[in-house]
Amino acid sequence: MATDDVSLTRRGFGGLGMAALAAATLGGVTKFGISSAHAAESGPIKIGILHSLSGTMAISETTLKDVMLMLIEEQNKKGGVLGRKLVPVVVDPASNWPLFAEKARGLLTSDKCAAVFGCWTSVSRKSVLPVFEELNGLLFYPVQYEGQECSRNVVYTGAAPNQQAIPAVDYLMKEDKVQRWVLAGTDYVYPRTTNQILEAYLKSKGVAASDIMINYTPFGHSDWQNIVAQIKQFGSAGKKTAVVSTINGDANVPFYKELGNQGIKATDIPVVAFSVGEEELAGMDTKPLVGHLAAWNYFMSVDTPANKAFIKKWHEFIKNPKRTTNDPMEAHYIGFNMWVKAVQKAGTTDTNAVIDALIGVSVPNLSGGYSTLMGNHHITKPVLIGEIQDDGQFNVVSRTPGLVVAQEWSPYVAETKDLIGDWRAPLSCGNFNVKTGKCGGASK
Amino acid sequence: MRLVLFLIGLVLLPAFARAGDPSNAYSAFASGDYDAMAAAVTELAAAADPHAGAVIAALQAGRLYATEDGALLIRGDDGNYTDLLSGKPVAADEDTVKKIRMNNAVRRAVEAAEGGLQLFAADPATRRAAAETLFKSHDTAALSALTRARAKERDPSVAEAMAEAEAAAIVMSPDAPEAAKLHAVAVIRARGDLEASALLASIPSPTPAVAAAAHNGIVAIQRVLQLWDVAESVFYGLSLGSVLLLAAIGLAITFGVMGVINMAHGEMVMIGAYVTFVVQEIIRAHAPGLFGASVVIAVPLAFIVAGAIGIAIERGLIRFLYGRPLETLLATWGLSLVLQQAVRSIFGPTNRDVGTPSWMSGALPLGGLTITLNRLTIILFALAVFAALMALLRYTSLGLKMRAVTQNRAMAAAMGIRTPWIDALTFGLGSGVAGMAGVALSQIDNVSPNLGQGYIIDSFMVVVFGGVGNLWGTALGALLLGIVNKFLEPFAGAVLGKIAVLVLVILFIQRRPRGLFPLKGRAAEA
Repeated sequence: MATDDVSLTRRGFGGLGMAALAAATLGGVTKFGISSAHAAESGPIKIGILHSLSGTMAISETTLKDVMLMLIEEQNKKGGVLGRKLVPVVVDPASNWPLFAEKARGLLTSDKCAAVFGCWTSVSRKSVLPVFEELNGLLFYPVQYEGQECSRNVVYTGAAPNQQAIPAVDYLMKEDKVQRWVLAGTDYVYPRTTNQILEAYLKSKGVAASDIMINYTPFGHSDWQNIVAQIKQFGSAGKKTAVVSTINGDANVPFYKELGNQGIKATDIPVVAFSVGEEELAGMDTKPLVGHLAAWNYFMSVDTPANKAFIKKWHEFIKNPKRTTNDPMEAHYIGFNMWVKAVQKAGTTDTNAVIDALIGVSVPNLSGGYSTLMGNHHITKPVLIGEIQDDGQFNVVSRTPGLVVAQEWSPYVAETKDLIGDWRAPLSCGNFNVKTGKCGGASK
Repeated sequence: MRLVLFLIGLVLLPAFARAGDPSNAYSAFASGDYDAMAAAVTELAAAADPHAGAVIAALQAGRLYATEDGALLIRGDDGNYTDLLSGKPVAADEDTVKKIRMNNAVRRAVEAAEGGLQLFAADPATRRAAAETLFKSHDTAALSALTRARAKERDPSVAEAMAEAEAAAIVMSPDAPEAAKLHAVAVIRARGDLEASALLASIPSPTPAVAAAAHNGIVAIQRVLQLWDVAESVFYGLSLGSVLLLAAIGLAITFGVMGVINMAHGEMVMIGAYVTFVVQEIIRAHAPGLFGASVVIAVPLAFIVAGAIGIAIERGLIRFLYGRPLETLLATWGLSLVLQQAVRSIFGPTNRDVGTPSWMSGALPLGGLTITLNRLTIILFALAVFAALMALLRYTSLGLKMRAVTQNRAMAAAMGIRTPWIDALTFGLGSGVAGMAGVALSQIDNVSPNLGQGYIIDSFMVVVFGGVGNLWGTALGALLLGIVNKFLEPFAGAVLGKIAVLVLVILFIQRRPRGLFPLKGRAAEA
């Protein structure tokens, strides 16, 4: 019996090995075929989609893959771009940061994608950045992030801190007269950088250090009892208190549950979140959350014809009328339309020509205005503050009167306050130091 | 006489129209201007407008709508609209009317106004809640209503709450005499909780005497609260410990008693949580009245489902791998991935919303403590599961056979015990207990395919720390680790706290490799 088992296993392994070898050979052949066919400036244009379809980030990123497929399908119905069809190339980096770089290299070298839409977490963006700069690719990054970066090969369609965090803090200061601040976040690069900027900003507004409490928790933290109790205690100093939350992912659910259970309502201590959108609320009972805030550049509840049409198309494409739309989806919508317009303007998909054509391109966003790509490779956006409603949607309680231009380098951080990025000639520099008049600093 | 009254009326009328014309206030609701809405709510409540109660109730329930020309409608349960002022039905549909939404400022005004209106309600609990709301809002406009309500109040506990709310309004009002303020400070100080301390810290422009009294009050309250803080940390620690215990106790059987390194243990917990989700979905669809009992119904079902899967795993996989720990580890690890992916395929990758029954929501104030009911329920549940398991192992025939097989398999077989079946049942028992833990965890954590992964390391840590093979060790180990973690967290932060606990456990295991309560005797050597 035992010997039989062993021989079976061996045979099994042998078979597997053969299969793997065959797959590798086949893969090589296909890849070779594609790369040679694509060298010419004709035939279909390849668009890379670099979003995790498995692992912890799959919840958020799968939707972005779907929205890209929808946008590409729609553009193809209109006849593609430059008379050429668009072909999506979907890869799965599996929430594995080094794998992001590997997959990005594949998209640029063997698939020769004209543009790549992808990444969610900052750590995945940092992982692919050297690849895009080395191979002169073009990445559209759709998620709000901590700023402090300005690469020639990346178009940042998500919000920089001054397009999300700082207006939210301003709103609470003005409307709710908040004087005491809890900065609570998940322990990684985005919350830490954002909180560093916010702390400096609050201090510049005259908030004392003793009125700021900073707290970090690990990913997926679920036992919030004493942190919520601490917040409650911090909020009982006789000054209006608010929580600025950069807590990411599903740790938010137990956090809000604990707030509700300990009787902290939005009217007592409001929480303003930068990573909680419609998608995250879909898995929660939102009744105890009513009145807590979120700051984004788009909400599904925005009442414009463009947004209604977008939601309708999305529901038809995904064949589920209950699916929500969210801010990073709008960012991809804007980014994709910008790329189409730039390619049409340049008359080619050549990266250098498209990058030059992109700056200054202006396309409609879904909240009833136009977003423009500035020289710093960030786009102009309106900032909306929404309050959570009991139906899982947001009620917009404040919006900036005009569009906000992104500050890629924070003026509230000592090391970056003199830096600007501008990829237009003659400057063509991502980190120009206005004090020394030289290009060079934290990033290329 | 009549003429005089008429004349007075004529003189006063325009003044009234300017100051408190309700139609002005009503038009604010349709304007979308939140500050005007908040002012309108306060104004309507203060003027005791006949429709104020209806407006406030409709706002809170999200039933207040406005037409394009500014008329206010209330939407009924059947989806039909009635005019707020006339009470007549109005033909309208979703496209022609707009729902009136609130922001936090309006919500605060609504809560305060509701408090003022309900001070005279028939139910003492409602009156008490109204007084509590007014204490929090410390709205000086409610002062006269509070004084009137307190004079009428018969129920001593409600009267006390009203006196506190009155004191809160007095310290906040700029023109109250100093003696009244000093008395009010004393009343608030006697209340002695966090909110009282917050209120004393926010008295506007106090006289020196009031400021001194308030400062002393804060110091006294904080001193008492510091003692309560220790008790609170112990409660939080017990609560975390009970979660660890629930997650680990199934493993204490499969790993501790049977010696199977079961990496799929977390997935049994996850399956229990999904059973709760399915039970709730069925109840929501067919018998919404039973929702409060959904968690109770889910406990035995989760035990059966997870237990059955456990038996299937033992029969189908693990029994072939006894005595080969490395292969068991790899096989069960692979199995855990298979189970996760299966659940992901069936239920989707997103988190599922498992509701909390109302009897488990909220908190119980106990002195200076806030005992959250869901955590309290879980502590009691964990202890009950532990007691039941101990009883089962000790007093039932199955338990006797289980102990016999794990202590000396050959001898047990010689006594006529069918050891393979006992193995299967023991593994099923451990898995079933993990399933029950999943029901409890669905109340405090996210129900997602990854749920179990977060608990597997902690579970092994607890079992090894407590002493492999000893259920008492597991229980004490879990509670101890929970409490140590919660006392470390305020100083070290959540991230460092967890690291510190891990380091402590490793050091402890270095000193005592067999854990807190090592098994003694021949069984331990086997």
